[in-house]
Amino acid sequence: MRAVISVIGKDTVGILAKVSERCAAVNANIVDVTQTILQDMFVMIMMVDISKINCEFADMAASFEQLGEQMGLSIHAMHEDIFNSMHRI
Amino acid sequence: MINLQDIMETITMIQDENLDIRTTTMGISLLDCADSDIASSCRKVYEKICRKAENLVKTGEEIERTYGIPIVNKRVSVTPIALLLAASGGNPVEYAKTLERASQTVGVNFIGGYSALVQKGFAAGDEALIRSIPEALAVTDHMCSSVNIGSTKTGINMDAVRMMGQIVRQTAEMTADRSCIGAAKLVVFCNAPEDNPFMAGAFHGPGEPDCVINVGVSGPGVVRAALAKLDKSANLTEVADLIKKTAFKITRMGQLVGTEASKKLGVPFGIVDLSLAPTPAVGDSVAHILEEMGLATCGCAGTTAALALLNDAVKKGGVMASSHVGGLSGAFIPVSEDAGMIAAAEKGVLKIEKLEAMTAVCSVGLDMIVIPGETSAEVISAIIADEAAIGMVNSKTTAVRVIPAIGKQVGETLEFGGLLGSGPVMAVNQVSPETFIHRGGRIPAPLQSLKN
Repeated sequence: MRAVISVIGKDTVGILAKVSERCAAVNANIVDVTQTILQDMFVMIMMVDISKINCEFADMAASFEQLGEQMGLSIHAMHEDIFNSMHRI
Repeated sequence: MINLQDIMETITMIQDENLDIRTTTMGISLLDCADSDIASSCRKVYEKICRKAENLVKTGEEIERTYGIPIVNKRVSVTPIALLLAASGGNPVEYAKTLERASQTVGVNFIGGYSALVQKGFAAGDEALIRSIPEALAVTDHMCSSVNIGSTKTGINMDAVRMMGQIVRQTAEMTADRSCIGAAKLVVFCNAPEDNPFMAGAFHGPGEPDCVINVGVSGPGVVRAALAKLDKSANLTEVADLIKKTAFKITRMGQLVGTEASKKLGVPFGIVDLSLAPTPAVGDSVAHILEEMGLATCGCAGTTAALALLNDAVKKGGVMASSHVGGLSGAFIPVSEDAGMIAAAEKGVLKIEKLEAMTAVCSVGLDMIVIPGETSAEVISAIIADEAAIGMVNSKTTAVRVIPAIGKQVGETLEFGGLLGSGPVMAVNQVSPETFIHRGGRIPAPLQSLKN
């Protein structure tokens, strides 16, 4: 089971560190990271393995949203299935 | 791995273009609750709804958090109450109060099924239930009511049509102090679907299983945004293709949420309703899609053709995305719930006659239209008859949900708030169809061949 963590906003120091730190705290293993600048916005997409996380996924998603609010970024953790179902037949 | 563009597209749809799951509706059969004593019947109804829907809201919220997609409403639809009333007799408003209490206990936004199916005639319970609708809607907040007065196979029950004109008026009068809100929770159908998850017309048909989950998707904002990116010189074949692709993606969300909800609740998954349901929020309007296609204002000449294209493309895209499709499935055109429709009606470009023509090519009917308070019951009945005739002849669902704005005239506005929005009072032809309506009887079922 995997999830996609998306981070969108203004580039600052330590985004990757803080997001990875939060992943480690819930025991989510980072599988892949892509970052780019889209329309002047910093965009980071992180694929994480959530099969061994130590909390409910919904709680993990909520904690990333909170982190986003603290950092002034939009951070969302969403189950991989939503992207698979929308973009794969 | 899914590519970055796809991920960003999904996130943009949800964050900026108002993509949401409009409703997960649990259909619950109450046939096994029927009892010859109304008090025990109500007790069984309350217990069954609370037992079946106990985790509906919680599960919906869990899915929202897991997938990051908002599920705006969690609702319950039940067996038409007239069927229970047939066995129990007594005051039907007791059922309304029971449904209201159950909806509050389980925490759903709406409960539908204070309904009667009288397309061919009145059985025991039907007439009493219909007569009680104004009071039932006045004493409840979350309950919705619907009556099916015609179908392609049976024709139109004009006795019921006559009655419903009066009922719609009385319902508005009894809630006149609350923006006539009662009438906004009452729908009169022709060819009512039994698995519709959308309010106010949701009920759980007698042919449905004991308990089922139906999902209604939304997403006019997503379709509009996709069209906005399309070159203005693109032809309508390209427009239709783009809408189909977008509808496919939107519907996949509904399918995913329905499957998950069904798994978590241990209840079979019924259907996805492929609807484009607008909200009063800016950017979530069906009228704006039509305008994006190239109409100056929704309601001008060309609106019916544009809507026909939109409606068909939504269905074609959606059908492939879902294992079972049902409900109302199509673009909704509720005036008060659609920012673009409201603006077009205020400008005087969108008129009720044009809306009637539009209902011939889309789902569902004359929906959320505020009409002058002086409109007589006979005129309302005649509006219902016209709309039912369109549905009957074209083998499609049509409905009427008009709100007589008691004490208000054309040019004034009725505010409902929330998803119901606000509507300008629209002009209605007040010339009397009284004799026609008072004849009663039935309009025979139409011929299904010699289609011209």
